[in-house]
Amino acid sequence: MTMANFTVPTVTSTVTSADGLTEKISVRNLDFFYGDHRALKTINVALYHGKVTAFIGPSGCGKSTLLRVLNRMYDLYPNQRATGTVQLDHDNILSPSQDLNLLRAKVGMVFQKPTPFPMTIYENIAFGIRLYEKLPKSELDGRVQHALERAALWNEVKDKLGANGQSLSGGQQQRLCIARTVAVRPEVILFDEPCSALDPISTAKIEELIDELKEDYTIAIVTHNMQQAARVSDFTAFMYLGELVEYGETTKIFTAPNDRRTQDYITGRFG
Amino acid sequence: MNEQHTAKAFDIDLQELSRMVAEMGGLAEKQVADAVDALAKRDTNMAQRVTDSDNAIDVLQREIEERSVLTIARRQPMAVDLREIVGALRLANDLERVGDLAKNIAKRVIALNAEFPPPKLIRGVEHMTDLVLGQLKAVLDAYARRDDAKAMAVWRGDEEIDAVCTSVFRELLTYMMEDPRNITFCIHLMFCAKNIERMGDHATNIAETVHYIVGGAPITERRPKGETEISALAGTNV
Repeated sequence: MTMANFTVPTVTSTVTSADGLTEKISVRNLDFFYGDHRALKTINVALYHGKVTAFIGPSGCGKSTLLRVLNRMYDLYPNQRATGTVQLDHDNILSPSQDLNLLRAKVGMVFQKPTPFPMTIYENIAFGIRLYEKLPKSELDGRVQHALERAALWNEVKDKLGANGQSLSGGQQQRLCIARTVAVRPEVILFDEPCSALDPISTAKIEELIDELKEDYTIAIVTHNMQQAARVSDFTAFMYLGELVEYGETTKIFTAPNDRRTQDYITGRFG
Repeated sequence: MNEQHTAKAFDIDLQELSRMVAEMGGLAEKQVADAVDALAKRDTNMAQRVTDSDNAIDVLQREIEERSVLTIARRQPMAVDLREIVGALRLANDLERVGDLAKNIAKRVIALNAEFPPPKLIRGVEHMTDLVLGQLKAVLDAYARRDDAKAMAVWRGDEEIDAVCTSVFRELLTYMMEDPRNITFCIHLMFCAKNIERMGDHATNIAETVHYIVGGAPITERRPKGETEISALAGTNV
């Protein structure tokens, strides 16, 4: 594979480039292994603050694996390891000394299927906050409300905060999960196919939400829906067989990509 | 690139669009040739057939638009597919205009009725027509083959048409100054020449579209332009 199609800034820490982009996460020469299987091959990519980066590619190309590296989710499983560096601001998060609880507070994740805890709507949000902070009730109430407002769910649930989180509709459950993620004040939010189980209206609400959230966060989204990637992201990375084939501005990738494999994939000519 | 989409019906949609554009191109070329032929042969019947046939081009343009909109709605095309469809829409627009300009020439032939200029005055217009038909044929060929180099050759070749148009204008002005009785048909001929020059502009538009379809980027350099007919008019102090 040639890496000549895109440029990755050569900075190794948080730097604002000439075009006003601030690198929040910088992935360098990342390899990932499931046992002996090399699932990611020399990945170099940057995630910018205030921008949405979409990862697209066929199933098994490594995009979800890459997301799982960004908050060290893989640490939960034996025989999985990553080499290279992943800088979050000034820290290499792959370092063994990295505090994983702190990392996962900074780098929140929303999954494909909504995963509300079997507890009240209020507790779904408050639970995460309590893990990191001890707050008086009034302040906690404020944080819960704020998180639900940010997730555009407050108006729909403010009169039933005591109801079970699992009683909500699929779209509401997903927004509850986003509220839960936002509540612990992360800096980066990872979305792993957040809309694949949702109807078009709920999908539109989540996309609208991502657009609002990107003002304050660095966002990465894995999606199989090409139109969604084109709609919500500022940058797009196309991955194939564990390699990052092409990375660039979304407008360019979806109208005139450089690499033939990218073009074949996004136009539905693959395989 | 794999030539075929996983969804075969998408290929059929795109092929059909391409075929309709090619058909429209063929019709437009014939309209231009027939209109100028009617002018040269003083054949008002032929001119009438040209005005009547313009509707077929308009119908094709509408069909291309409908099919493009439907394909966009159904397939949400990306990258080269999106450019193909946007390109078909643009080409249809340019070709419809070429048809209209040919129809306008035919209408002038009918309006002139028996009052036809001497054949030597029409030679310049015929020469322009040969050049423009050559450009149209070449650019439609470039579209059919998605050949950027050929499209760019058309794009650069418009300069000559501009130059001939200017010289035709100068010539016609001379005839008008010679004898005021020449004014009516000379003015009609001037408009015919201008129409043909505009067809050349549409051929360059099509070349730009082919360039965009193939490479995904617009042409950034400035198109070489010949002396305009405005300078021809200015040079005579009329």
